Amino acid sequence: MIEIRHVNKSFQGQQAIHDLNLTLPAGELSVLIGSSGSGKSTTLKMLNRLIEPDSGSILLAGEDIRRQSPDSLRRRIGYAIQSVGLFPHWTVEQNIAAVPQLLKWPKSRIQDRVTELLTLLQLPPAQYRQRYPHQLSGGQQQRVGVARALAADPDVLLMDEPFGALDPITRHTLQQELIRIQALSGKTIVLVTHDIDEALLLGQHIVLMEHGRIAQQGKAQDLLLHPASDFVRHFVGQSDTGIRLLGLGKVGERVRQGQASGEPIRADRNLREALSLFVTRQVTCLPVVDEHGQASGVLHFNDLLGAAA
Amino acid sequence: MKLHSPVRLLLAALLVLGASLALLTWSPNRLLTGQGLGLGSLQTAWAAWLWLPALPLLAGPWLPERRVLQWLQLLAAVLLSSVLLAVAGQEALLRSGGEDSLVRVSFGGGFWLLQLACWLQLSEQLRVLADSVPRRSAVVLAALLPHAWLLLDGRLDALSLLKEYDNHGETFGQALQQHLQLVGFSLLPALGIGTALGVLAFRRQGVRALLFPVLNVVQTIPSIALFGLLIGPLAWLGKQLPGWGIAGVGMAPALLALTLYSLLPMTRGTLAGLAQVPVAVRDAARGIGLSPWQIFWRVELPLALPVFLGGVRVTAVQAVGLAEVAALIGAGGFGAIMFQGLSSSALDLVLLGVIPVVALAVSVDTAFKILISCLRRGQHD
Repeated sequence: MIEIRHVNKSFQGQQAIHDLNLTLPAGELSVLIGSSGSGKSTTLKMLNRLIEPDSGSILLAGEDIRRQSPDSLRRRIGYAIQSVGLFPHWTVEQNIAAVPQLLKWPKSRIQDRVTELLTLLQLPPAQYRQRYPHQLSGGQQQRVGVARALAADPDVLLMDEPFGALDPITRHTLQQELIRIQALSGKTIVLVTHDIDEALLLGQHIVLMEHGRIAQQGKAQDLLLHPASDFVRHFVGQSDTGIRLLGLGKVGERVRQGQASGEPIRADRNLREALSLFVTRQVTCLPVVDEHGQASGVLHFNDLLGAAA
Repeated sequence: MKLHSPVRLLLAALLVLGASLALLTWSPNRLLTGQGLGLGSLQTAWAAWLWLPALPLLAGPWLPERRVLQWLQLLAAVLLSSVLLAVAGQEALLRSGGEDSLVRVSFGGGFWLLQLACWLQLSEQLRVLADSVPRRSAVVLAALLPHAWLLLDGRLDALSLLKEYDNHGETFGQALQQHLQLVGFSLLPALGIGTALGVLAFRRQGVRALLFPVLNVVQTIPSIALFGLLIGPLAWLGKQLPGWGIAGVGMAPALLALTLYSLLPMTRGTLAGLAQVPVAVRDAARGIGLSPWQIFWRVELPLALPVFLGGVRVTAVQAVGLAEVAALIGAGGFGAIMFQGLSSSALDLVLLGVIPVVALAVSVDTAFKILISCLRRGQHD
């Protein structure tokens, strides 16, 4: 658990963070979202002391982070950034091994860890461990960046717009993978983004910031259905709110008995994709299959309306 | 026939022009202006062999771009260059007559032009044939082997240049030693101070704003003026500190001036090297918990090294050249030989003081280029 208590921060007389109080739950993926200048990145960087607050305190697992030197604190906290920043003169393996080496892990343990992480991030170890960053695509580089952040098995992982520079398809793949890794490892992850769709997709806990203050925090549904202010309503997208709500529900939750013809939709797709299919196919009923391709019923167009949870 | 290479046409034209000028000059003694000896008036029987390597080079512009033909032209250029040197040596032997003769046979304009054409041809062919600096340097070294053999075997001894060497053999060795001392002992402090200044300038904007105008001004002072300017203060200092070997003329002011000149390229090279380390890499290094010291040694230094060594290379080559002028204030080196030649209007003596410096500068330059290219390959970028 991360607790931010009465934190203030100014840059050159400009107040960037106003008396910020925030609790980020352990084991969850929290998203800090806001437009540029909202203080989201500053907040993230205060968590590993890349930026020091002017006043207030930050507790990590109940302990004030100032009780450790910045370097040893950072070695306990994974850090991944948009521009990745892999060391160009080191191989993938050396890059991932950076922090374990600083922590003086034994060689064999580091090797095993690199293998484990490359496998986790779906980069076949035999093929990739000896490559140099410039031999990788942007998406692969960010995978290695995430692997490096996870290398020393930190309790907390900080990600500063990690997928911002990637093309939409690669971004989507990596977002899915982050969900998978988070579910698998149960790590506390704090991710900064300005992309509301990314926040709604990834965030178990979403913190929307404006001018160094929290505009609203809570689950995706809270922000979409009960916006606390016009700013929030505007930010989460007035006209698209319904569509985004659909994006939070799964087809499987609305399935009924019955049969229909046509190409089926998988139960683990979200309702937004289902809506798209209804419109493009000009039908009101879609057959549904489970992940093994077994028919599991139908989805009626009217059932989309039940989506508001 | 189709013209394949305008560059090689230019080189062929250079060849024709060189052949029409005097290959060597002959004079009864070292001070008189000589008379030219064209290709047609050579006494060396086998001078006609020059045509053999010349032909492919003259046909070069119209030859298609095939690897075999390119190697052939490269070989022809090397061959022409070395046969030319051999002919010059032989001709000098035939015309100088006896050990004690005062007759001098020197290289003429034609010789230099033909050599230039050959080496330009070589580098033009190497551009396509060898893609890496080490490979290119290896070919050039191999191409120099026949010349070295001609020189060491004494086949060039009758040439005026070698006679000058013979007469100044002792001075030559001393000049080499002094020249290397000047370069080495000015580079070492410049390396230390320049690197420190570069790191400081990189870390602090204020230092950068103050430092570079000063260094730029130092760089624009003509070398002779700087040597002159230092005479006064150093002479005074020498008086205050007797026994320290400091004086207004000699080694000390030369070293000081050369060090000052070296500071700008060294500092700039260090700064440029550090500045091109990507910000993201530095940020990530800090974010994952490398200490400032570790960031410097493990990340910044290795990434800055190729550009930094580029700065050292420029500095070293510049120092080799500038050390030539240091002779004016009595620091010795090859400049001493050159100035002696100038004052006695003995052109070959001037050459004796210049050619080794050119060779030294080219070797230093090449050595650093090889080092940097190996380093870059080691870093895989």
